[in-house]
Amino acid sequence: MKVIVNIQLKEGVLDPQGKAVHHALSALSFKEVDDVRIGKQIIMQVDETDKEKTIARVSEMCEELLANTVIENYEIEIA
Amino acid sequence: MKVSVVVFPGTNCEIDTKYAYEKLNADVELVFHKDETLPTDTDLVVLPGGFSYGDYLRSAAIAQFSPIMKDVIKFAKNGGKVLGICNGFQMLLEMGLLEGAMKRNSNVHFISKYHHLRVINNENNFLQKLNIGDVINIPIAHGEGNYFIDEQGLEKLYANNQVLLKYADENGIDKNPNGSVDSIACICNENRNVFGLMPHPERAIETLLGSSDGVKMLEGLMES
Repeated sequence: MKVIVNIQLKEGVLDPQGKAVHHALSALSFKEVDDVRIGKQIIMQVDETDKEKTIARVSEMCEELLANTVIENYEIEIA
Repeated sequence: MKVSVVVFPGTNCEIDTKYAYEKLNADVELVFHKDETLPTDTDLVVLPGGFSYGDYLRSAAIAQFSPIMKDVIKFAKNGGKVLGICNGFQMLLEMGLLEGAMKRNSNVHFISKYHHLRVINNENNFLQKLNIGDVINIPIAHGEGNYFIDEQGLEKLYANNQVLLKYADENGIDKNPNGSVDSIACICNENRNVFGLMPHPERAIETLLGSSDGVKMLEGLMES
């Protein structure tokens, strides 16, 4: 099963990278951009057929390693 | 006095740390991350600076799962003194031995230079040889030293005197190089036996090379 994990800084946590990219886009005259947030995407192949079981296991992975829940949120998507 | 300095793949400050503590007449042992136990006579564990596991995923995210870390956590929970410098500080945050998290520097650049720090609290081993308000000059070298903690956590840190150093200018006025909450550079845990800071005291031990302000800090941990 293919699993996609999206990790993003929590709302209210300033994102220095996003801010720098936003500035660069403005400098390139993409003035319509109001805000940029940068996250990361982790794509995994998991040897499991049960969807719910997989989500539960991947949640554990996120809590233990993949995300730092002090500053980051995660979303799990089964592709 | 026995100092155990833990070495991970990607650590690069272990020799400087060993040199500094040996200069202060401590017995220093480099401990490999794959070892499962610390030397039994360890008085102080130092998690040194560098880029453990290439800082993959997040800075210091993977080091916490090295075999040696179980014993480091046990040592800390039993009241043993642990100092995390730079990448070591990031490890302590990732492991939950200290509160908060690190983000990319606010200017998105790696910063490597001397920076002044102001002593906020000295009722602890680490800063006992310094006075509140003292301004010291210690090198910083990091890309992810933007300390974050939520408001509640921050209040708790202040209430328990866990904020130890802040980034400052030469007059001791707050000056923030990396975006850290309240310009915080160094904190400790509630029990005052686990210390984390981004600046490198082990790189400030020779006046001839710029500063010896780190000596008093490193020495502080050698006394009870």
